[in-house]
Amino acid sequence: MLGENAMTGEILLQVEGLSRCYGESQVVDAASFTLSRGQVLGFLGPNGAGKSTTLRMLAGVLAPDAGRIIINGADLLDQPRRARQAIGYLPEQPPLYRELTVDEQLRYSARLHRLDRIASRMAVARAKERCGLMDAGRRLIGNLSKGYRQRVGIAQATLHDPPVLILDEPTVGLDPIQGREIRDLIRELGQNRGVILSTHLLAEVQATCTHVQIMQNGRLVYIGALADLSRQRQSSRLRIGLNAPPPLAELSQLPAVTQVEELGGGQFRLHHAVGVAPHQALIEHAQAGGWDLWEMTPESAGLEQICVELMLGQETVA
Amino acid sequence: MILTIATRELRGLFLSPLAWTLLAVVQGLLAWIFIILVGDFQNLQGRLAGLENAPGVTDLVAAPLFRVAAWGLLLLTPLLTMRLFSEERQTGTLDLLFSAPVGISTIVFGKYLGVLMFLLILIALVALMPLTLSIGAALDFGKLAAGVLGLTLLASSFAAAGLYLSALTMQPAVAAAATFGLLLAFWIVDAVGASQGTISPLFAYLSLPRHGDALLLGLLRSKDVAYYLLFSAAFLGLAIRRLDNIRLRG
Repeated sequence: MLGENAMTGEILLQVEGLSRCYGESQVVDAASFTLSRGQVLGFLGPNGAGKSTTLRMLAGVLAPDAGRIIINGADLLDQPRRARQAIGYLPEQPPLYRELTVDEQLRYSARLHRLDRIASRMAVARAKERCGLMDAGRRLIGNLSKGYRQRVGIAQATLHDPPVLILDEPTVGLDPIQGREIRDLIRELGQNRGVILSTHLLAEVQATCTHVQIMQNGRLVYIGALADLSRQRQSSRLRIGLNAPPPLAELSQLPAVTQVEELGGGQFRLHHAVGVAPHQALIEHAQAGGWDLWEMTPESAGLEQICVELMLGQETVA
Repeated sequence: MILTIATRELRGLFLSPLAWTLLAVVQGLLAWIFIILVGDFQNLQGRLAGLENAPGVTDLVAAPLFRVAAWGLLLLTPLLTMRLFSEERQTGTLDLLFSAPVGISTIVFGKYLGVLMFLLILIALVALMPLTLSIGAALDFGKLAAGVLGLTLLASSFAAAGLYLSALTMQPAVAAAATFGLLLAFWIVDAVGASQGTISPLFAYLSLPRHGDALLLGLLRSKDVAYYLLFSAAFLGLAIRRLDNIRLRG
């Protein structure tokens, strides 16, 4: 349960050497990481990288082949009840009974998590308020839209106020507005909990997460703070548009430029080393050479590029 | 905790038209048979009056009614148990139970109890029919109670087998067909060699109705009760192992 004076930084989830194979294929290979209070950990990776399998093991739905999972000080294998009480889990498919109403579903789930009658009524009211389900209490889950079901799923995962939240693709299939609402909610929940969420949307990680880890072929290829990720960059890019472009060779001789790509329509992409921007030299040369510069945009959506680089790097190593 | 799961299961049953349909069909058919039995008894009554140690209304109406009800249970229990685990796996709701601080045996017992409560309601409705006769006739309540106990034990063994088989597949229909086949096999297992009159004692022991017949007639023997309890325990044990395996294999 969540203490009043919850300290940030306290380690809530500790994973050591977690492995799992299905038949011949190693789906998760010796994954180790920690999650602290106040962290929202974005779990990135392409489809089939083993994200869901990892999260299923954390939630205790799937038994690992090897490794240890310690949740809020309790080992998931040795003290399953204490460990499970400390997690809220939202699988890819929210586990909801179509024939129940939202209230019935949430109350059932609260009772399953050992809240007594009064506590569960209060918990249901709180979770509904938090997730914007105040008017949906008497609606049948079978008749709810995908976005609402997702909200009920999150409400269900947070009912018993667990310190650790495990969310598997919480915004998949939602429209942009619903997606933003859920992301706001996750950020808010993450302030005094530890949240781990899987996604393959980088924008989502940028919008919600404090930390990020990237999985590729069952192996964790990067773990770190979101802010540190951009420092992983090997190079930066600058997109320019010229009405009277010079030969490519001339562009690549600009200071700090390492590579030039022609994009067509007078546009070029200049790759340059991190920290040294070639824009000053570019402007001077453009003026002197009459290149007629009409666009200059730094392409710093770099996170995507970094992730791709990290994943590709992994692939070439493997 | 068991009760929480059981109540949801029971609610789930009553929220589907299937449960109501089954109750209505069984009650309608058995009421029809009950009327026929009562009519037969009235016709026989005159001749029975002269006999010493004559069978009473309980033997001639309640016992045959219960025997038909036993057949009814054989047919409908697979339909009740087929969704227990198969549907939860199909829709992913099993994840909720697996990630909750609840043991696997608690899940199994909770589901089992839920179906059992439904079957008890059904049996109670069946038992009410002969009970109405107590308004105008002297019933043997001991025999009646034995009959109800017999039906309950039979139903609980059917439910245990159905519960296990529904954990084996993700398709409710497959679970229902398999359960029906298994129960029928246990029902007729003593037919092997019956024509030559050389029933192997093992097959005779395994037969489900052999143990029930005595109870339905009002004879309470501990070995029959033990048979049903063992039968149920065996399948519940298998179901727990199976769910453990689902968690291991994914």
